Amino acid sequence: MHRSPQNPDLSALDITIAVTGLKTGDNPQPGVPVIRSIRAAGFKGRIIGLVYDSMESGIYLDDLVDEVYQMPYPSAGAEAFLTRMEYIVAKSKIDVIIPTLDAEVILYIRLQDELRKLGIHSYLPTEECFLLRDKTKLATYFPPRGILVPDTALVSEISQIISSKEQYPMMIKGRYYEAYKANNVEEGLKYFYEIESRWGLPIILQKMIPGDEYNIVIVGDGEGGILGMVPQKKLVITDKGKGFGGVVVKNQQLEEFATKVIALLKWRGPCELEVMRGYDRQYYLIEINPRFPAWVRLAEGSGQNQPAAVVLKALGQDLAPLPQCKSGTLFIRHAEDIITDISLMGEISAKSELMKKEK
Amino acid sequence: MDFSRLQNLAMNDNGFIFDPNSGYSYTSNETGIYIMKLLSQGIDKETVREKVLAEYEVSEDNFNSDFEHYMLMLEALGLVEF
Repeated sequence: MHRSPQNPDLSALDITIAVTGLKTGDNPQPGVPVIRSIRAAGFKGRIIGLVYDSMESGIYLDDLVDEVYQMPYPSAGAEAFLTRMEYIVAKSKIDVIIPTLDAEVILYIRLQDELRKLGIHSYLPTEECFLLRDKTKLATYFPPRGILVPDTALVSEISQIISSKEQYPMMIKGRYYEAYKANNVEEGLKYFYEIESRWGLPIILQKMIPGDEYNIVIVGDGEGGILGMVPQKKLVITDKGKGFGGVVVKNQQLEEFATKVIALLKWRGPCELEVMRGYDRQYYLIEINPRFPAWVRLAEGSGQNQPAAVVLKALGQDLAPLPQCKSGTLFIRHAEDIITDISLMGEISAKSELMKKEK
Repeated sequence: MDFSRLQNLAMNDNGFIFDPNSGYSYTSNETGIYIMKLLSQGIDKETVREKVLAEYEVSEDNFNSDFEHYMLMLEALGLVEF
């Protein structure tokens, strides 16, 4: 039976939702906008923020989260993660969790069964699917299947940076985060060492595609289909390459390209595609980020509440098709200072948890 | 000449133009918007010329020269195809 498009209404949902990544600032994480979109869908239940350090600014926002818990870094491993989760659910049940950081998503995928035993549901891709979109695999998986990817090399030694000197400018990227344009070998070496010290090896060396960049936030249904898709063009870009302003576009070729990528992967859950439209009018897949982007409120703002949809899908609920997004919808990121008492920071630092609103 | 891409543009009377296909935006003066709106309605070049000459105080030579320049600019922006 045909159902008319509508956004999820979460007003009757009496559950607890946990969201990670509450840092905003110059390199914002997606947790705060994800929570705002969930609230915009009428959700009145409890929201738990899971953070890695006490300086994540979303902790200090009024009326954002009801409770905050500090988590061990993903590098601490599954046991530390599960021990902490068991502690948290013993204090506050969690029904749905939305991880929003690249480095932690794999842990949530691998531990889905254990989390389900704790009553925690999520809407994530399979591990196989997740690994196919890894920056180190993109250039081998997609081109034989008709999706263009810029020439990519995995680099573990500086000799490879030097021997590529004919091909500059190149993009130099960390496995999880950070990407820089290197105009020559000297810059290439500088960024190699910088990224190596932060994210380790290998480093990804990618051919520059001159053209226009588009970003697309998508929720895949896990069977090759798409539940929601909102493409934007960045209008304001910071010196770290972060989009602090953008506009929703309506481009059939871009949508067909994104639809094909998701169909190939059978992606389940939220993701962000980074796509270049080269001056040769070809579309190139640059990256697939395995989570909502920090600009995801643009999806809700343009008429398509994807975070709310993910909550319902995590609960296994049926979903009406999401409405089409409205092209021309603009976002501009705006920073504000939060003024609070230092005792709040003291509490989260000392106890690794913070009860902001009593049950 | 293909003017079909102009049909997708969002134009307002203040001279602001948004291309939802590319995400680019442009500004134009009143005359530019007037011409672009006519072309986006599928009106041919000759009729546009007649309408502009009737609406504005401009010599035919000046109009022809400016119009060709305007078309080349729209082509460079990928908004029309020759």
